[in-house]
Amino acid sequence: MNNSIKSLLAVLFGLIAGAILMLVTGHNPIEGYMYLIQGGLKNPERIGNTLATATPLVLTGLSVAFAFRTGLFNIGAAGQMLFGGFCATAIGLSLDLPRGILLPLMILIGFVGGALWAVIPGFLKAKYNVHEVVSTIMMNWVAYWTVYYVVPAYFKGASLETESRQLPPDAMLHQQWLSDLFQGSYVNLGFFIAIIAVLIVAFIINKTTLGYELKAVGFNRHAAEYAGIAVQRSIVLSMFISGGIAGLAGVAQYTGNASSIQIGILPTQGFDGIAVSLLGANTPLGVFASALFFGLLYSGRGFMNAMTEIPPEIADSIIAIIIYFAATSILIERLIHKLKVRRIANKKQGEQDHVDNA
Amino acid sequence: MWTTLEQIFPYAIVFTIPLLITALGALFSERSGVTNIGLDGLMIVGSFIGAFVVSKLQEHYAGSWWVLWVGLLAAAVAGALFSLLHAFASINLSANQIISGTAINMIAGALTIFLARNMTGSGNIRVKQGFAPFDFPILSKIPIIGDLFFTKVYASTLLVLAILLFSAWLLYKTPFGLRLRSCGEHPHAAEAAGVHVRSMRYFGVITSGAFSGLGGATILLTYSGEFTGNVAGLGFLALASLIFGQWKPLGILLATFFFGFASTIANVSQVIPSLAVFPPVILKIFPYVVTLIALVIFSKSSNAPKAVGEPFDSGKR
Repeated sequence: MNNSIKSLLAVLFGLIAGAILMLVTGHNPIEGYMYLIQGGLKNPERIGNTLATATPLVLTGLSVAFAFRTGLFNIGAAGQMLFGGFCATAIGLSLDLPRGILLPLMILIGFVGGALWAVIPGFLKAKYNVHEVVSTIMMNWVAYWTVYYVVPAYFKGASLETESRQLPPDAMLHQQWLSDLFQGSYVNLGFFIAIIAVLIVAFIINKTTLGYELKAVGFNRHAAEYAGIAVQRSIVLSMFISGGIAGLAGVAQYTGNASSIQIGILPTQGFDGIAVSLLGANTPLGVFASALFFGLLYSGRGFMNAMTEIPPEIADSIIAIIIYFAATSILIERLIHKLKVRRIANKKQGEQDHVDNA
Repeated sequence: MWTTLEQIFPYAIVFTIPLLITALGALFSERSGVTNIGLDGLMIVGSFIGAFVVSKLQEHYAGSWWVLWVGLLAAAVAGALFSLLHAFASINLSANQIISGTAINMIAGALTIFLARNMTGSGNIRVKQGFAPFDFPILSKIPIIGDLFFTKVYASTLLVLAILLFSAWLLYKTPFGLRLRSCGEHPHAAEAAGVHVRSMRYFGVITSGAFSGLGGATILLTYSGEFTGNVAGLGFLALASLIFGQWKPLGILLATFFFGFASTIANVSQVIPSLAVFPPVILKIFPYVVTLIALVIFSKSSNAPKAVGEPFDSGKR
């Protein structure tokens, strides 16, 4: 069955489940969805905010999808994003450079930070066959606690214990003309980073030898090895790129959408990236579309919460339910298959009857 | 040093227990052949239902001792029911178990806060009273051991230790345990020997759900006292303990205690001068780094169930 139909069905079921949740808790789902969509798209400012909310999701989704295509399950996008964002923030807070040099440097360091965080599991996988799911989860928590203690120790804010100092304006991805274009929205250069990343990844996966080799390793490690592909190097390289993209998500989140890094939170975008990737059928364009959709849910929920009594976590619930339906899409496939078989049988039966009557 | 140890030991045990019961549940699941990385979500469900049931009951029966046990039971049942989602996806539908487990984590995290906010507004649910620690009669008088293990004991701790003993017996000393473990090692051979692999895997996953729910509620009723929408990633730490304990009951006990002890030291190191020499960041990341190292060391001779994570297809032999 077509992947996009599967994804759309999963979304449909997720939205229905969300409506049921709203009904059960005594709210009006039609009203809820109306305000949810209005909250995300009502005016240019809200559209800009939706794009900004979607930016880290595009990048984490891309990170997970890239690893997926090469046969690796990068469940540690959260930690890579956190660490990449932390590295970029640290650079932004420490160095006093002109904006034209500082921003590219922060983006680069953010990429490298996330990439290094993913290279460790990649190396352990390639060299010792340690399952990357477990090692990336461990790395998530190492990142969590590292940031938890290092930020207050070296980059503590003036008043708040739980976040770093505010970044100076020159070290942030905000761009005045962009904010003006979207009438004061906090959409920023991060969105362009996301678009460029989508294009580059699409190019690497579909048009280059490197992408072909990485995919070959993903399909069948042993066959790839037999064909002369350096499998171990491919695994490490794949995790490097995947982690780097997740690191960019951290740059977009902590130096674009926010102006400081918070401690004590693993960014939810990391796990949402798995949902984004799954819903987007692991293709760059699919990832982009599903990230925009999730971005809409997340950015509209505040308005919905303000206009109705529905708690904002409805958006998270819907996304979580969508990923469950996407994971169990085989159930839908089986149902459709059964219906088809029955229809064909009916048809034959009908023809038989027709012949008999004649 | 000794008084310090004496002071923190009871806390280390309290912190170990939720990890222990959750990792023990995961042992059932993985031994039967199903990876369950949804432990964290299942713990959250247990914590939520436990908080809901206990806080509601305490409105009417304040101070009654049985309320807490009803809360534990409800949490275990809720965890078991919730784990059915994972069991159905990974056993009947042969879905990717990692994705399904991730979905469990996400659904649990979002849904419980959504429901809690409908009830309390803030999304936090407080229970008025949890288990009260007591000194174990007679045994607490034994020198050294009494001070370390039998003072400030919680009733839930004893329950979990009893479950540990029972589980070890069930898994390793009964035909049922042998059958369950065979489903995780070589499901086709098990099936040929007449074992119903799918039922066994259902049993494994549901047990894991029930134990995780119990673990989440234990956190609530011993040291936290409040449902806040997460369990601070303890589900993942339980998963780490399972691996570090090399999929064995005794190994899990040692691993969880080790992690519980390390976490306690990290938590109290700032107030106890003799421990302040360790930077807390080292103590906090310690369990995860140790697990990574253990994975490397055991990579050649891992005791992981051989068929864990693989969907069972009866026709594929």
